[in-house]
Amino acid sequence: MTGFDRKQMAARVAEDIPEGWFVNLGIGIPTMIANYVPLEREVILHSENGILGMGPAPAPDRVDPWLVNAGKQAVTLRPGGSYFHHADSFAMIRGGHIDLCVLGAFEVAANGDIANWATSENDSAPAVGGAMDLGAGAKRLWVVMEHTTKDGGHKIVERCTYPLTTPGAVSRVYTNLGVLDVVKGKGFVVRDLAPGVTFDQIQAASGAKLHTN
Amino acid sequence: MINKIVQSMADAMAGIKDGSTVLIGGFGAVGQPDHLIEGLIEQGATGLTCVANNAGTGRVGLARLMELGRVRKIICSFPRSAGSVVFEELYRQGKIELEIVPQGTMAERMRAAGAGVPAFFTATSVGTILANGKEQRDFNGRTYVMEHALKGDVALVEAWEGDRWGNLTYRSSGRNFNPVMAMAADLTIAQVMHIRELGELVPENVHTPGIFVQRVLRIDRGPAWA
Repeated sequence: MTGFDRKQMAARVAEDIPEGWFVNLGIGIPTMIANYVPLEREVILHSENGILGMGPAPAPDRVDPWLVNAGKQAVTLRPGGSYFHHADSFAMIRGGHIDLCVLGAFEVAANGDIANWATSENDSAPAVGGAMDLGAGAKRLWVVMEHTTKDGGHKIVERCTYPLTTPGAVSRVYTNLGVLDVVKGKGFVVRDLAPGVTFDQIQAASGAKLHTN
Repeated sequence: MINKIVQSMADAMAGIKDGSTVLIGGFGAVGQPDHLIEGLIEQGATGLTCVANNAGTGRVGLARLMELGRVRKIICSFPRSAGSVVFEELYRQGKIELEIVPQGTMAERMRAAGAGVPAFFTATSVGTILANGKEQRDFNGRTYVMEHALKGDVALVEAWEGDRWGNLTYRSSGRNFNPVMAMAADLTIAQVMHIRELGELVPENVHTPGIFVQRVLRIDRGPAWA
């Protein structure tokens, strides 16, 4: 079993994003997706801190200290891009104007629930950021994450055990083992398998039943 | 003649009372009014409730204010970030109260305060522990949670340009929380890189109209930010 590495996971998500979508990418593997959307396919990236039309990282000698993404890394602005304040930025999210948000997660459940912000109800210092706004407000929520935890624990589950970020919001999950759709009333449906991965292997690595169509 | 430009940090900080709710702009370091936070440390007000997206980093600025025991409560969306050592220590020791708020709800609660809207309904946090104990209502078949306006006694904001009427512009993503905080507080104090003559700012491009700003202090952040 080989599967995708992190870059290949990001590239696999990028394949499915059509021109014209407004897209918000979370921190971690989601941020890497931007590297795999060709510039001629015009996908407009949104950043919570008030940017539309966000471009790639600048050359080290061209860093603008005022211009960062949601992960506080230096970025650039593409021609046609714009800046706005935080309430407008989240009006775009909460008002249903963002076509797609891609987040990482601790767990995704068969009913589309996502848990990605706290690992217990008594977390030492929980940090939610914009995840709940994105989960509730974006038109689509996809997750990209490793299929299991480092020690093999399930992240694809029947029901989330960690505190929820948003109930019933996830419609697709990309992992190192494949691509799963979350279908209402049915659960996880395998859409694609990573190279060298069989259905039995991806099922064995999942804590929920997977369907084939 | 109206002149909101103040000449010293002491004048900028005058009158901030113990127990105030202080809104602090910025997203991480960008758009954060570092010098005004230092000024508040000097000024001495204590028992503060601070509203900021992050809970400070290192042992300077907001982190220093907390370390000095001057912050009773922090309202923020993302307290746990690289270098938030002071907050994490105080929180573990039970020496600071934390209200965790989704980032968009936090921005909207301040926008609402500035707009005279006492509360509003949002889908954000419905079905999560952050909705516990809050009123919920259904509209058009979807459930929403009620959130209250979040008003400040004081807002500390960071802007690019300002004039004597208090009009402000911001630089690229340095805008972030600053305009909503400016409108949500009784006393808004802006640190600006540049003072412009009245009429010099392009009216169509004023980001925060002066009605929301009471004091403007020029701070040169140095060539790295110019």
